Amino acid sequence: METDRSPGGSSARASPPCPLHPRVERAPPGGPVLWPGVTTLIWIAVALVLVGVYLSWTAGRLDRLHSRIDAARAALDAQLLRRASVAQELGTAGVLDPAASIVLYQAAHAARQAEEEQREVAESELSQALRAVFTEGPQVEAVREAPGGEESLEELAQAVRRVPMARRFHNDAVRAARAVRRHRVVRWFRLAGHAPFPLAFEMDDEPPVALADRTGH
Amino acid sequence: MRIGIVCPYSWDVPGGVQFHIRDLAEHLIRLGHEVSVLAPADDETPLPPFVVSAGRAVPVPYNGSVARLNFGFLSAARVRRWLHEGDFDVIHIHEPATPSLGLLSCWAAQGPIVATFHTSNPRSRAMIAAYPILQPALEKISARIAVSEYARRTLVEHLGGDAVVIPNGVDVGFFASAEPRPEWQGGTIGFIGRIDEPRKGLPVLMRALPGILAERPGTRLLVAGRGDEEEAVAGLPPEMRGNVEFLGMVSDEDKARLLRSVDVYVAPNTGGESFGIILVEAMSAGAPVLASDLDAFAQVLDQGAAGELFANEDADALAAAAVRLLGDPARRAELGERGRRHVRRFDWATVGADILAVYETVTAGAASVAADERTGLRARLGLARD
Repeated sequence: METDRSPGGSSARASPPCPLHPRVERAPPGGPVLWPGVTTLIWIAVALVLVGVYLSWTAGRLDRLHSRIDAARAALDAQLLRRASVAQELGTAGVLDPAASIVLYQAAHAARQAEEEQREVAESELSQALRAVFTEGPQVEAVREAPGGEESLEELAQAVRRVPMARRFHNDAVRAARAVRRHRVVRWFRLAGHAPFPLAFEMDDEPPVALADRTGH
Repeated sequence: MRIGIVCPYSWDVPGGVQFHIRDLAEHLIRLGHEVSVLAPADDETPLPPFVVSAGRAVPVPYNGSVARLNFGFLSAARVRRWLHEGDFDVIHIHEPATPSLGLLSCWAAQGPIVATFHTSNPRSRAMIAAYPILQPALEKISARIAVSEYARRTLVEHLGGDAVVIPNGVDVGFFASAEPRPEWQGGTIGFIGRIDEPRKGLPVLMRALPGILAERPGTRLLVAGRGDEEEAVAGLPPEMRGNVEFLGMVSDEDKARLLRSVDVYVAPNTGGESFGIILVEAMSAGAPVLASDLDAFAQVLDQGAAGELFANEDADALAAAAVRLLGDPARRAELGERGRRHVRRFDWATVGADILAVYETVTAGAASVAADERTGLRARLGLARD
């Protein structure tokens, strides 16, 4: 009956010590039994506050990572759309031969219309189409000589350069968020809330050699 | 665009990162952007108008050498004030993993942050220990730039994630249009770098020199850089010491003229290089380059297409390659021409456009930079209530 008395809980109901019991000097009467209880409570409160602060800090960190992913995804979408638009423009402008025009138009159209699940495949196919059309320098020269071709080419060159950039930034954000979300504390306390588990955007974004040539002009 | 750039190293001490930041800021200002650079500097140092001092850097032993760093409450407060007053669209932090202004700004800011990783330090114990502290700061960075494929690889191995590679920029026109000096021409080999720093490789070149002079006796070696000249030539036979000329520290103009004058530029560095800006400068000046086959150098030289490579620390290979080059004007002309074409990708016009593309990518769909108030107690309690 002495042994099952916890130091924190039952201090108020502490029975008077039995003078014959050998362990009597360890349990002094009244106040001193109450004090360890209060100290323990304080310590528990401090620990809870620390845990709370840590959890809220981690939740804030995660929140920031999620908004970083959103911004990166928006930027990636913008660059992909820009690339598809310029490609479609070139496909319909009549400056390329008919076969190349059709290939480019098809791929650009498919990339713009693709559902979310088919997006990666469609964008990769646009990359392949661009590479197929702009393999040789002569094709690029032909476009450049057409009226307005210089600007279109410049826009396309910028777009094919920025898509891999935006994709890398997006996937980097995804990786950082995943690393935090895999953490035990985050899983146990469900700090991520209802945010979907972030997915990397995987695609073939190799630019055409003729457009990526940084030594040209 | 309003751009804030953070320099981690003292503005008073010249160095590669500082020059890069100065040139980048000047380039961006020429394009019409508003640029403010936050850098550690002494109060007496005259600063360009775009630089804001973050206080004096304190010399601290760090990572095996004495580094001049900024930390503490005062610096943190200055970083916050700079962020607040600048109201930047994007901030560009250099070397964010160094315990200096870069890391402080990473802690203090939120919004679009771009970071450039210059060095490729081997993973240090301090870094491993500080990883849990570094990670929350580094994960605020929206876009990472590595200065070479090599720097990117070490970054990925040490910190995870990915980076785009944008090389350091060089003002190609400045080097290409420099006037050669006649007294530095005619069978000359050039070397620029600290004399007393073995990493820069002058000892390797000194070991190779007897071999070169045996084949081509009239050759002169021109050395520009700080250090003990007596000690540098101590290993040479006395009769060969006259073939080495020390120019001491040279100005930017003289450096360009030296690179324009020499027949071969030799970069015998033995390690610790993540980029090799001097090679780009030599190529801009049309000098044929002969460099050790460090990863970073091989990449700058397009795997040997834009300049010759020799096995690192192999003085005999260096001597053989130098003799071959000195005796073959056609090959030198060819290398010079190839180098000139190759360096266009390092010109500020190209590099600056790429860096701006990164800024535009991260600012699209994001708010501007602000001081991160999340660490305040009030915000934390507010969050805790949710």
